[in-house]
Amino acid sequence: MSTAHAGAAATTGPGARTGGTSPTVGGPLRASRSRVAAALGRHPVGMVLAAPYAVYVAVVFAYPFGFAVWMSFHDYFFAAPGAVVERPFVGLANYRAMLADEGVRRAFGNILVFLVINVPLTVALALLLAAALNGVVHARAFLRVAFYVPYVTASVAVVGVWLFLFSSNGMVNTMLGPLAPEPSWLVNEALAMPVIALFVVWKQLGFFILLYLAALQNVPKELYESAAVDGASRWHQFWSVTVPAVRPATALVVILATITGANLFTEPYLLTGGGGPSGASASPVLVMYQRGIQQGQPDVAAAIGVLLVIGVLLISAVNRRLIERD
Amino acid sequence: MRRTFPAVLLTVTLALTAGCGDSGGDADKANAATGPITVWLSNNKEELAWGKAMVEAWNAQHADQKITAQEIPAGETSEEVIGAAITAGNAPCLIFNTAPAAVPQFQKQGGLVALDSFDGAAQYIADRTGDTASQYKSPDGKFYQLPWKSNPVMIFYNKQIFAKAGLDAEKPALSTYDELLAAARKIKSSRAAAAAIYPAPTSEFFQSWFDFYPLFAAATDGKQLVQDGKAQFNSPEGRQVAELWKTLYDEGLAPKEQYNGDAFGDGRSAMAIVGPWAIAVYGSKVKWGAVPVPTPTGRPAGQVKTFSDAKNVAMYSACQNRATAWAVLKFATSKEQDGELLNKTGQMPLRKDLAAAYPDYFSKNPAYQQFADQAGRTVEVPNVPSSVAIWQAFRDAYSESVIFGKKPVPDAFAAAAAKVDQLAAES
Repeated sequence: MSTAHAGAAATTGPGARTGGTSPTVGGPLRASRSRVAAALGRHPVGMVLAAPYAVYVAVVFAYPFGFAVWMSFHDYFFAAPGAVVERPFVGLANYRAMLADEGVRRAFGNILVFLVINVPLTVALALLLAAALNGVVHARAFLRVAFYVPYVTASVAVVGVWLFLFSSNGMVNTMLGPLAPEPSWLVNEALAMPVIALFVVWKQLGFFILLYLAALQNVPKELYESAAVDGASRWHQFWSVTVPAVRPATALVVILATITGANLFTEPYLLTGGGGPSGASASPVLVMYQRGIQQGQPDVAAAIGVLLVIGVLLISAVNRRLIERD
Repeated sequence: MRRTFPAVLLTVTLALTAGCGDSGGDADKANAATGPITVWLSNNKEELAWGKAMVEAWNAQHADQKITAQEIPAGETSEEVIGAAITAGNAPCLIFNTAPAAVPQFQKQGGLVALDSFDGAAQYIADRTGDTASQYKSPDGKFYQLPWKSNPVMIFYNKQIFAKAGLDAEKPALSTYDELLAAARKIKSSRAAAAAIYPAPTSEFFQSWFDFYPLFAAATDGKQLVQDGKAQFNSPEGRQVAELWKTLYDEGLAPKEQYNGDAFGDGRSAMAIVGPWAIAVYGSKVKWGAVPVPTPTGRPAGQVKTFSDAKNVAMYSACQNRATAWAVLKFATSKEQDGELLNKTGQMPLRKDLAAAYPDYFSKNPAYQQFADQAGRTVEVPNVPSSVAIWQAFRDAYSESVIFGKKPVPDAFAAAAAKVDQLAAES
């Protein structure tokens, strides 16, 4: 606060003095300076430091997204430089085509199933494991690394392990024996998406545990001591102290898990052979890839993407309101 | 300021993107230009060896028109990489691995050069390939690809597994659907192999080329999936092929789960539908035999048609020295170079009277003789716009009804045919 005042004084002081001695030269100069100052704000150095990231966001996120929105309203396809092509405005035609496609509708339904399984499980397991890790004295570093390794390992590599586990003749079915599902996990319409959701929970868990661990460092020890004095059990301490104290972290975990989950691609592409069985594990992003890259319909793919972004924003907003309300 | 700047930036960049690169080029000048060119080759080891030797032979005689060759950059599929290169404007002059199914899309992108624009090109293609060449013409009547080589698919079978199952390993009865089913059931019941046949049961658009399409081509004596703008697969023959595969899946003779590796090469499957490239790959690892794909009535082997699995050569519009590129194209598909290709890869140049053109090779390599015979009776994917979308629509219906049995075949095929007709009409 005091810095802001000092900055404002430094900006206005010399200009005021100049204006008093030379109104004809100082007026425009002062006006120009004040425009620059207004543009740069109270923290010009901060603006400079933030600029590279702002440029990055503009180039890597904002521009492609804006372009995708534009594509979704035009008859657009990728063309060679120099090719004379027409890309007329088509209004909502791409959106209508997308919504009329049973495969697209199914992919959105599939991703809802995925999120319903993946997000709550991620939050619950990450919080429980973070709380447990927070209390561990021995081998803490080893356990943290153990949880984090799947997160930093390429999906392509760990998918191979899960194929080994969940294929018809895999380790899981061998252990289950006669209890193994038929058809097997990855070719079973009812089980393929839940298996993928479990896979993603396991793979991402290390990252979310770290978020919760950071949040747990800020929970005052006194709260636990007071609860203990009042006779609260470990479970009651967890439920009445830990869970409310890390609520902002929970909001972050829910939103991030929703966003990354909605962008599901690699797992259905590799684990279930392109969204199988028969489209039961196809995700909107996988369908975007098929339509946009394989089938040369980037306009329809862009419409799917725009709808996905809107859906994720809505879900995230609702989640945030529900989690952060007092 | 803070609100308007991003909007202005976005508007300007969109306008620049929408406007850039769509101006016309000087195609005539490029067609007449000579000079260095770049070509891309498949990353198949044998094809690379042929490509490098071909480039060396050309470069030795053309110091001012040198070829720089490289493998197609890594990507999920070659077609995606090529499509991206077309859009970026950095595609090479020639790609010796252009899939016919992708040609309509590349053409729509403005990425291909019509070979007819070179003097005598259409005649050269017709003389080299014969009547089969007409399958590679685009709907506008022009050639945007030069038919190069085919891998006519047949049924490979593992002789040891067949013998173990009590089947005739030298002359197995596999010419009808009933015979194929009987052999498959015997293989399964005898536990000679985990699977009788193991085509990829996954959803990629191209997988139907190696299960449904060869048998459909054989059953219909050469019909393509789409002809005259209409889907052909929702016919008695198409449904009969589908029901055969459905039986194989339903009875567990063909697994519904993808195999991570080569099921035939690993001995997990007794049969596979593959082309002559497999001879070099399996070598002595598998004691194999090959027969034509079955037909409902057991058509004589010499009359059975099949899917070609061809790869062609196309010239890309980013090429500046197209006269050189056309000369290289003719050089690389000359009788001498076709012979080298056959010798190094075992793949069949799309050349009429192939067996007669290289009698020494086929007498020394009798295993390839039946593929040379089969190469004269091949069916290509239809050269229609929205080709990939059409194949994906078909594959989705096939997966739903044949592999996973969620819908009756007639219902799924009728719905897919309506969708394919619509796609064909839109394009």
